[in-house]
Amino acid sequence: MVKNPANPTEERMAYLEGLITQAKTAAAVFSQFTQQDVDGMVKAMALAGLEQAQPLARLASEETRIGVLEDKVIKNMVATEFVYNYIKDKPTVGTIREFPERGLVEVAEPIGVIFSLIPITNPTSTVLFKCLMAIKTRNAVIFSPHPNAWRCSSEAVRIMYETAVRHGAPEGVFTCLEAHTLEDNAYLMRHKDVAMIDATGGQGAVRAAYSSGKPALGVGPGNTPVYLEKSADLSMAVVDIIVSKTFDNGTICASEQTVVIDDEIYDSTLKKFAELGTHVCNEKETEILGHALFDRQTGCMQAAAVGQKATDIARVAGLTVKPATKLLIAPIQGVGREHPLSVEKLCPVLSVYRAQSTDEALRMCLDVNHAGGLGHTAVIFSRNDDAIQKFSQVINAGRIIVNAPGSIGALGGVYNDMVPTFSFGCGTAGGNSTTDNVNIYHYLNLKRVARRTPAAMWFRVPNQIYFNFNAVANVRQFPSRSTVIITNPGLEQIGHADIVRRYLPLEASVHVCVIPDAEPELKAILQGVEALNLYKADQIIALGGGSMIDAAKIMKLKYESPEADLEELAAPFLDIRKRVVQYPTGKINPSRLIAISTTSGTGSEVTPFAVLFDKERGRKVTLADYSLTPDVAIIDPQFVMSMPKGLTADTGVDCLTHALEAAVSTYASCYSDCNAMQAIRMVFKYLPAAYQHPDEEEARSMMHNAACIAAMAFANAGVGVNHALAHAFGARFGVAHGRANALMLPHIIRYNASVPTKFRPSPNQRAYVADKKYATIADLLGLDGGTIEEKVKSLAAAVEQLLDQLEMPRSIAALGIAKESFEQALPDLVKVAFDDPSWLSNPRMPLMSELEELFCSAYNGRGTARGTSAGQQAA
Amino acid sequence: MATIVVQFQIDGEGVARGLEEARDKLDSAGPKMVLDFSAVDRIDAAGLRALEDLTARADDKRVKLVLRGASIDMYKVLKLMKLAARFSFSN
Repeated sequence: MVKNPANPTEERMAYLEGLITQAKTAAAVFSQFTQQDVDGMVKAMALAGLEQAQPLARLASEETRIGVLEDKVIKNMVATEFVYNYIKDKPTVGTIREFPERGLVEVAEPIGVIFSLIPITNPTSTVLFKCLMAIKTRNAVIFSPHPNAWRCSSEAVRIMYETAVRHGAPEGVFTCLEAHTLEDNAYLMRHKDVAMIDATGGQGAVRAAYSSGKPALGVGPGNTPVYLEKSADLSMAVVDIIVSKTFDNGTICASEQTVVIDDEIYDSTLKKFAELGTHVCNEKETEILGHALFDRQTGCMQAAAVGQKATDIARVAGLTVKPATKLLIAPIQGVGREHPLSVEKLCPVLSVYRAQSTDEALRMCLDVNHAGGLGHTAVIFSRNDDAIQKFSQVINAGRIIVNAPGSIGALGGVYNDMVPTFSFGCGTAGGNSTTDNVNIYHYLNLKRVARRTPAAMWFRVPNQIYFNFNAVANVRQFPSRSTVIITNPGLEQIGHADIVRRYLPLEASVHVCVIPDAEPELKAILQGVEALNLYKADQIIALGGGSMIDAAKIMKLKYESPEADLEELAAPFLDIRKRVVQYPTGKINPSRLIAISTTSGTGSEVTPFAVLFDKERGRKVTLADYSLTPDVAIIDPQFVMSMPKGLTADTGVDCLTHALEAAVSTYASCYSDCNAMQAIRMVFKYLPAAYQHPDEEEARSMMHNAACIAAMAFANAGVGVNHALAHAFGARFGVAHGRANALMLPHIIRYNASVPTKFRPSPNQRAYVADKKYATIADLLGLDGGTIEEKVKSLAAAVEQLLDQLEMPRSIAALGIAKESFEQALPDLVKVAFDDPSWLSNPRMPLMSELEELFCSAYNGRGTARGTSAGQQAA
Repeated sequence: MATIVVQFQIDGEGVARGLEEARDKLDSAGPKMVLDFSAVDRIDAAGLRALEDLTARADDKRVKLVLRGASIDMYKVLKLMKLAARFSFSN
């Protein structure tokens, strides 16, 4: 728990408020600047930083007495030259990235006032780096240097500030806290006008930043494990490690801490280290060094040792080493309190460990990683890609440096193409918000401008549709060695299967598989699949009504892809293109499906749907995928001439419902509309005649076509609430689908035409148009009405009149279903209807209470139909 | 009784100076002072300070300040400084 320090004195508070006001004003002014403005400033600042790299390094060296002057010069140069090189061409003002193909644009917004903590270990380079980032992103910064590095850090701020202002930056864009306290820091961290804290430094500072409740970039300490794998280029590895660990006397938190060396190369590695001016400690020396560097009580590193030379550390510890010793190497046996040198040592002291196997090496690296280095940096030297990959998977580090020095490698831009930085994000494991090398994008709020993308639409139907009398003759053009005709006993008996057989190519062996003409059950499906396998079918002809064609679709699916799990494939989805479950694409028995419909309603011959009856659970399972669509559809009226009167009415109403629902669907398009509208016209014109005069060939033929045309519409636009209600009601009370649709239809038209209680997201539609669509249909049918409302009423009345002509029941009650049993079923009916995916494309999103009302309306029924006879008008 | 509305054209090159002049005229401004910002593309820290000072004095003297022709970028700067609520805006 971080304690909340007390507030500063009033006088001090006034001073801090002054800084904030200055920074806030600068940030506001800065928000008006252009990319060109800031780019000019950044270049000038980079040059100023480069020019002052040595004086600033000297100042830092003298003030902190930490590190190596020459290395500090390099750090200052990296912080300016390399950072400038990375950011110079990157847009940071206004639109910074565009993704036209996705309709997305990213716009940069400055953060405002940033409160920034600067560490003692990199007191000038971190300032140079952060100043460049802040100007590039149009932010103001209040710097809080480490108290023991205040002079050099504030001098770096002054140089960058004056250069920036000279080149047009707003006054007050950088300020530096004068000699300050933890109270000052806490006050600024909590201040409402500070937008973000960028805390580079010790764990305390980072924790305080995160505890402030402000957005913070906190980057803290590390404990870098190095795996020296047996395939490594040893000469390179040893030099790289020495370069890195001695760089600025080991003050970069990404520098190597423990090198885990494979047994096979351990001795030769230590020999190389010794040859290059390092001192390899014996067991006793290692123990002495551990005690000298770490406080026995707290386990913390002695501050006086941070960034000191190896010889000085040895002298203080009482070890005798050669005067030119640049690095102390201490073999350790494990990780933990009893092995003090296994943690971070911000000085030229390096632990080494001999690993007997790769597994042991990885375990040891992971132990070091977890001993204070989570999320920070890790290094591997290896020429084995598998080893590198394994190491990357195992170790939790934001930066995994391969075959390069850890400290300079992690800084980025020198040994690799990582983003140059002086702040290493350590991810959540390190208590940080990012694993990135902190860079300009962390100093920006990115706004995503997302344009409405045109919905991808489609119109998919079978490749070939043959219609009119004797269209069945077209089966002869499809080559087949083995054709299986799937049909029902009745059709087989009246000779329909023989008609088909007559037209099949002579070379095809033809088999007839007769299954019961009910909604297909899994058992019947599997029997059919067995037959397909037995005859090695390359062509399946489904001859029957919707149920038979549905059965054949599922048989084909299971025949071609036996692994298809029907239960899984029936999983619900919101958008067919984004569904979780994908239908199988690999086919072991590719075959052609020809659908010959013998009813004029479901249109299954052109749709991607198939309904399976789950007898065990007493429910219907709907499968939907365009891969289920038959390859060929044959709409031959000779097969419907003998349709019974009741079936003619039921299937005809189903066809009308398909067309009406597709017309107002949220997935409706001009492609589906033309089919839906035409089908509606044909139904009003021909259905009464087909019903009343079954022998009238034209009426039968046109209704057969209408069913297919309506199905093409709903195959692509979907259906709606009417179907959801009819599915639930029909299954519960055993009422034929078309009849169940008829009971709901007039109520649904009125319901869909009124303003929805709840609008549903539908990217395909630009406006709510269901009422207008109904009015258009009324116009097409020549119905009365001047306003949209009047036309909707006329349409509903015309539908009622048509239903009366077809002698459809006017209510659920009229079916003889007692009110009591209906009311008992009602809660379930609502649940089942709401779960039915059919309504997903309905123009009104149905509330459950509305579904209940619709069921009740259907129970009570409609009144006597009035209005113009649409059939007469359409005729 | 007719009210006198004092109008000031603020020069884009000298925003702070213009606002200081406006501040000096607050006594004779009547109930409302209109500051024409249509020539101002960008405002600097001195300009913002002058604007803040002007709003404080206008509050004391109960003079309503109207910014005419201020660009949306200018309006955003005033929002960032939490000054926008202290003005009325007109085109």
